[in-house]
Amino acid sequence: MRLALGPVLYYWEREQLLDFYQRMARTEVDIVYLGETVCAKRRALRSEEWLELAHRLAASGKEVVLSTMTLIEAGSELGALRSLCANEAFPVEANDIGAVRLLAGRRPFVTGPAVNIYNARTLDVLARQGLKRWVLPVELSRDTLADMQRQRPQGVETEVFAWGRLPLAWSARCFTARAHNLPKDDCQFRCLDYPDGLRLSTREGQPFLTLNGIQTQSARHCNLIAETGELAGLGVEVLRISPQSRHTETVIDLFRQCLDGRLDAAEADAALQTLTTDGSCNGYWHGSAGMQQTHCGEFSCS
Amino acid sequence: MELVCPAGNLPALKAAVDEGADAVYIGFRDDTNARHFAGLNFNDRRSREGVEYAHRHGTRVFVAINTYAQPAGWQRWQEAVDRAAELGVDALILADIGVMDYARERWPQLPLHLSVQGSATNPEAIAFYHEHFAIRRVVLPRVLSLRQVQQVAAESPVALEVFGFGSLCVMVEGRCLLSSYATGQSPNTFGACSPASAVRWTETPEGLESRLNGVLIDRYADGEVAGYPTLCKGRFAVGGNTYYAIEEPTSLNTLALLPQLRAAGVAAIKIEGRQRSPAYVRRVARVWRAALDACERDPEGYRPQAPWLEALQQVSEGAQTTLGAYHRPWQ
Repeated sequence: MRLALGPVLYYWEREQLLDFYQRMARTEVDIVYLGETVCAKRRALRSEEWLELAHRLAASGKEVVLSTMTLIEAGSELGALRSLCANEAFPVEANDIGAVRLLAGRRPFVTGPAVNIYNARTLDVLARQGLKRWVLPVELSRDTLADMQRQRPQGVETEVFAWGRLPLAWSARCFTARAHNLPKDDCQFRCLDYPDGLRLSTREGQPFLTLNGIQTQSARHCNLIAETGELAGLGVEVLRISPQSRHTETVIDLFRQCLDGRLDAAEADAALQTLTTDGSCNGYWHGSAGMQQTHCGEFSCS
Repeated sequence: MELVCPAGNLPALKAAVDEGADAVYIGFRDDTNARHFAGLNFNDRRSREGVEYAHRHGTRVFVAINTYAQPAGWQRWQEAVDRAAELGVDALILADIGVMDYARERWPQLPLHLSVQGSATNPEAIAFYHEHFAIRRVVLPRVLSLRQVQQVAAESPVALEVFGFGSLCVMVEGRCLLSSYATGQSPNTFGACSPASAVRWTETPEGLESRLNGVLIDRYADGEVAGYPTLCKGRFAVGGNTYYAIEEPTSLNTLALLPQLRAAGVAAIKIEGRQRSPAYVRRVARVWRAALDACERDPEGYRPQAPWLEALQQVSEGAQTTLGAYHRPWQ
């Protein structure tokens, strides 16, 4: 299996972002998704700069995919989407059906986890339009994936979100601005203060969700390292690691070692657990509540 | 503009028809629709009676089959499409591309609407569904500002339906997994958000607590009104403050925007609430029929009447209403 680095979901300063990708170029990650997918107000890089970055990463041997925004509302967002989908240098990850429409029948594309592909007939429709890889929606289980893999159209690869806080919801409202009593139109770019999002806890102090502008994520890290054997058995080609401000190289390294059989899954799992702030979860994979963690040993591990 | 009213059972359907709804929307008694609640929705016999009653009074019937089908349950969605087509309904409200593809192939004459669960917020997305499945109408997610609705309306290849009144989803419908993250069941997969089976109420020394699969959603002091623990409407702690971090318990009400929506070319106003009582449907349908007629007669002179607002206030969540995302400062 190959490893993909998902798009950076947070708002990082330009220097932090450029430094991050310089380091990522040296890791064993195979595929890099690039671009702002959450909020159009975040402009760490201009679109030409994203393209330059894409060329640099490609030159260092990475397969580069440009990711579109997920929630597309304003006319200006639509304009940016149209020009991104018209680029001829790199394939595009469509995170909205509007992007699929712009790419359909023109060039091969990838769909991100927020494009709702829940059954094989949907996969067929999109494959006829040029889908070359799809990311399993994060709430779907191993059993559903197994059914879909059996009926998967030829030439379509499957990618699974395997590490990181789960992207769970998108809204018109900015929850980070709301946390600061600011209107969205005057958010003062507060997301910059939270390079790994803003934690939301219950009234008894249980970390529950992560606020990331208009996006809501899980507080726990999804962690499927113990399930890599099953993932390989189901014919999944790519595992996605979602970037975070710290330890991303270590996470990539642990996954790579585990996939290559150089490190036992239980050991890799133990090492990964130390890198989470609020614990990990794999409930969706096992067909239960996403926040749940089924421990290695209860299910088969590689 | 048309008035599209919810009906969770036959008495609610009759109430909507009697109060002048142009169309009613219903669902079957399973997870193929986004109001999959115990005791709600239509079996074969009731749906036949409902369609007959509505058609006799000149009201159209739409069937919502607007959750996402997974391979293990695919047959149920296919049968729901067939059953609705055989009932002679006027349109299907669909979200899943696979289900749409099936409906289009098997029942090419049956009009299809894109459900709000299809998450189409821009003209390119709408055009995709129009080109591939010939959808005739799209229900817009409750995340667009009025200006954005106007922009989409100007470019959309199909008619728009927007939400006018009822429970407010803060998140883009079809793109919210908060419920399955906490409970294993979401609107997409199961047809319910924050399902009742996961709810627990406990009286504690700190107050009345509502939990969803063990997660504390809210805690009420004496005298505070406790609401249903919809996950996004609880009080949580962020950065040392405890507040409605996502949204207050409130209902959407766009009575004040009718002339603008009309001018934008919006074709229909949708009322939320298939899970609500026939009395709710009757009251809300009556107000909206009057408002839409008044707006039609004299768009410039139109003003929401105090008795309308009062009537809606009484059936609103938390007894308060908002313009929601239509009004930019809410965002």
